[in-house]
This record gives sequence, C-alpha cells and structure tokens, in this order.
Amino acid sequence: MGGPGVVTVYRWELFKLRHQKRTYLGLGASILVPVLFVIAVHLRRSHERGGGFAFSDYVDKSGLAIPLVVLLFGAIWLFPLIAALVAGDIFASEDHNGTLKTVLTRSLERWQVFAGKTLAAGTYATVAILLCGTVGVLAGSLQSGFNPLQSLSGTIVSAPRATELVYFSLLIYLIPIAAIVCIGLLLSTVTHNSAAAVVGTLMASLVFQLLGILPGLGGLQPYLLSTQFNAWQGLLRTPIDWTPIIRAVWICAIYGFASIFTAFVVFIRRDVAGG
Amino acid sequence: MTDAAAGSAAPIEVRGLVKRYGDLTAVAGVDLTVNAGDVYGYLGPNGAGKTTSLRMMLGLIRPTEGSVRLFGRDPMQSVRALDGVAGFVEAPTFYPYLNARRNLELLAAFDGGGASGRIDRALSAVELTGRAADKVGGYSHGMRQRLGIAAALLRDPKLLLLDEPATGLDPGGMRDMRLLVKRLAQEGMTVLLSSHLLGEVEELCNRVAIVRSGSIVYEGEISALKRGAGTFYRLRTTDDVRAQAVCAAQTGVIDVTRARGHIEFTADEPAVALLSQALIESGVLIAELAPQTVTLEDLFFSLTEGDGTAGSGASDGAGHPDRAAGELVGPE
Repeated sequence: MGGPGVVTVYRWELFKLRHQKRTYLGLGASILVPVLFVIAVHLRRSHERGGGFAFSDYVDKSGLAIPLVVLLFGAIWLFPLIAALVAGDIFASEDHNGTLKTVLTRSLERWQVFAGKTLAAGTYATVAILLCGTVGVLAGSLQSGFNPLQSLSGTIVSAPRATELVYFSLLIYLIPIAAIVCIGLLLSTVTHNSAAAVVGTLMASLVFQLLGILPGLGGLQPYLLSTQFNAWQGLLRTPIDWTPIIRAVWICAIYGFASIFTAFVVFIRRDVAGG
Repeated sequence: MTDAAAGSAAPIEVRGLVKRYGDLTAVAGVDLTVNAGDVYGYLGPNGAGKTTSLRMMLGLIRPTEGSVRLFGRDPMQSVRALDGVAGFVEAPTFYPYLNARRNLELLAAFDGGGASGRIDRALSAVELTGRAADKVGGYSHGMRQRLGIAAALLRDPKLLLLDEPATGLDPGGMRDMRLLVKRLAQEGMTVLLSSHLLGEVEELCNRVAIVRSGSIVYEGEISALKRGAGTFYRLRTTDDVRAQAVCAAQTGVIDVTRARGHIEFTADEPAVALLSQALIESGVLIAELAPQTVTLEDLFFSLTEGDGTAGSGASDGAGHPDRAAGELVGPE
C-alpha cells in the first residue's frame, strides 16, 4: 500500500462536499429547474404554444426535448453558477476556515492536494449536469411522453436513440462546464475568497455572453466560451455536425488549461500566511 | 538525504532565515538550532516574526533568504521533510461542519502510515473522547487547542512545533496544556514552543531563542542566560547617600543605582560580603541586603525592550537584565 495521494484527497473532498449545504444547493437546483420547467410547460398547455427557441415546438410532443431546452437556457447563468458554487469555493473555503495550513502540514505534496480538489470540483459539476439531464428526461417523459424526438434537421429520431443523444449532449455540455470549473478554481485560488470567486466565475460567464451579442464582435463569437455551450446541438443534426463540437474541445481546452495552469502555479508557490 | 542521515541531524536547523514582504522585513536573519530532546522556547513580542518563522519551518511560507532543515531535510523541497514533525501555527484549525473524529480521520488519511490507528489514543490524551462526535464548529477555543494537539499526536512526531498552545485557555486549561507538553517532553519528544507566557516557558523549556524585530537577540540555555545576567541586590541602610558612595567604591560591585528608598547593584557573593563589612566600617547600618531573583520575564524585557545591544552580549550567555523595565542598562 502506498502513502496518501491524489485519490486520498479526492475521496475526502467528496466526503466534505457531502457535508456542506452549498453542495445540496447546487444539486437541488439541478433537480428543481427541470421539474419547474415541466410544471411551466404543463400550465402553459391552455395558452400560446411555442417559444421560438430550439426544441420549443417539441416539448409537448416528446419529454426528451425537456432536458435539451433546460441545457439551452441553463447555459446563460444556471449551470455556470452551479459549477462555480463548488469550484469557486473549494480552495477559498480552506482560507476561510484556516485549514489550508492544517492540510499542508500533513504528508501530502501541494500538487496532490490541488489535483484532488480539482477532480472533486469536476466530479461535482459532472454529477450536477447528469442529474439535471436525468431529472429532465424523467419529468419530461411523465409530462409529454417518452416519444420520438424531431432533430434540428427535421428528421425523427426514435425515443431510445434520442435518449442516447440527450446523454451524449450532456457529455458535450460538460466541455464548456469544465472550462468554467477551471475559471472557478483559478478565482478560488487567487482571491482566497469564496463569494468573490463564485460571483467572479458567474460574471466571467456573463461577460462572455455579453461579448457574443455586442455589435461588431461577430467574428469573435465562435471563440467565446459562451458559444461552446451550444456545441451539443451538432449532435442533434442529421448527419451529426462535428464542427462545433471539435471547436468546443480546443477552445475550451485553451480557456481551461490557461486557467488551471495559472491556478496550479499560484497554489504551489503561494505563502500560506493566514488562517 | 538518507533516513539514517536524517536520524542523526538536528530536529531543527535554521540558518540566515529572512522573509520580506515588499519593504517590510518580517524575519531578519534568524539562526537557531533545536537539538534532540530540547524543549525549546521561542519568545518575542507580537510582530517579532515568531509565527512567520514557524510557518517557514513548516514549509508554509517560502523564505526570501536562508534555509530551514528539519532532521536535515528542507520542507520547501518536499513534504517528506515533515516526516516525524507535527504541530500548529497560531490557532489550530479544523473543518467546522465535521465532528472531531471525522476531522482526525481526514487528517490521519492525509498522514498515512497507520495514523488512523492512533485516533482513539490521541483523543484520549487530550480528554476529548466524550466530545469526539460533536461538530468542531461548536467547540470552544480550548477544545480546539486540545484537538490541535491530538491532530499533532496522530503523526507520532519526534518533533512538535506549538505556536502559543495555551493562548486563550482558562487557568485549568493552561495547566493541563503545560502538563501535557511536559509529559510529551519526558517521553522524549523534541518540542519547539512559541509562547507569550514566560512563566510557562521558564517551567517547561531548557533552551530559548528570544526574537526581537525579526532577529534573534539570544539563543541558548535559560540557565546560561540567567547566569550571564549576574545577581543583583537590594540594599536599604540608615544612610543611603553614604552607602551609595561606599558601594561605588567597592571592588566587584557594579551598576550601582539609587532608587526610591533603596539601592540596587550587581555583584557576586564574595563582593557582597566585603561590601557589608565596608558599610559597617563606614558607619552605615544595614536594614536590608537581599539578592533579587532574576526571572525570564526580566531578561525578556531587557532583551526585547532595551536598546537592542543585548543580543551580541547575550548570545553567549552573558546577558544582563534590567532590574525593572526601562530603568537599568542592558548587557555589559
């Protein structure tokens, strides 16, 4: 048996997350939002149909459209906020509690602590997205039925195949979410302040959204992080359009690696003078 | 460094340690050596750089200059330098939303090497077994201090670094902490104890470093520091004016000062015997002639509030205390 390492930190970070309210705040939102959306769809039945967004015409025909619509709207602030709740806090809370000095005087190298925490923040974001998608599928199916889904190209996809595509879409969605997590980790490491890091991460996400709608910056749009939240829509075309997905991979990698590398250097070199 | 070499190296060896934050020099060239078995007091007023030094010793802060070696290993190079080392700086800290046992389980997992098997014993040693299931967020300061010691004991340390372990404790807690440190020292543990409680340090420690404005002004045995300070006497007579003149003229009697209602001077015992004879021969009757005990507190204030020249003289054990703060001179 080896000594303590990244897996040790990772396991205990997950344990700590299970004992913190903010974890359940984020996961609760992941459950509540698709449920509320389904309730809204149900109440809307007697009113005007359609909304002009992708899949809005389909939410009454197939419950499998529900998680996709939630993904679409969640990109603006919901999922960045859920990801930031933990990513922005995971290092800063150690400063807040003064526990960084406690942890760093045990038998773990700093890089191991960093890696374990990074993995835990990523795991939480992944769980939140998959949970939201699963609740969306279940609640949507109860509301509108487990029916075939019309793709963005107009073709009809069987319900089982559409379910597969929903989960693949969730995985593609995790690419920009991972970049958001990295930005949250960077702000958490740099600011040492949980609130500043969480809000800062959300603000960064919103700034990308704003840049995308500013006139004259159209050429910038394909390279904005916010744009990559729509990459999953390539899966819902026939044939699958891989271009936005591949672009999302490398653009998010740039944002993500730049953030995580900077966070790593800051964490490794920082003086733990407080707490 | 091999494990064998690490075993023979001094538990703590600090050389030329400097930490600057911009224009502010928090630690200005600290040199100290803590030998195996020492209970070493690290003293200094607030802001003298004690905690910054301790953080550098534990690898939490990167020194601007100089080196720290724990059993021959550099804590900035690898956390392996902390093998056999435990302690805390400032107040020990834990996750408030976890109970004490969970906190210790977490730290034991981070320690490895069978630390988890020591949790019950550590809790018992600090008498927290009955409160182990309570969340640390509800702990008093004293309980956290004790839990800090328990967390340190998990590592089965050979060297314990404690920063103000008794601060904020009630008298009973301070006594318990003192007894615990004493017991650990008797079991062979080397202890570096940073403290403001000079009586505690005097009782527990065999050696001290006194730090002032980031620099060590004395390092060595407490007994040597006291010896170097010499013995001073308090004299009351029927005629203090004549008595002062007799004292000043007497060989071996130095630093004669006249205070309100008495005279103070420094001398060794033979000189005092001759002085008493000279006083009588001069027609001065002695009402009181008594040696005054020099406490570590006297020495501390002399070295940290004097003119700053105490260090060079004191570092070889020749320090010379103020008899009352601000009244008397520093070292010879």
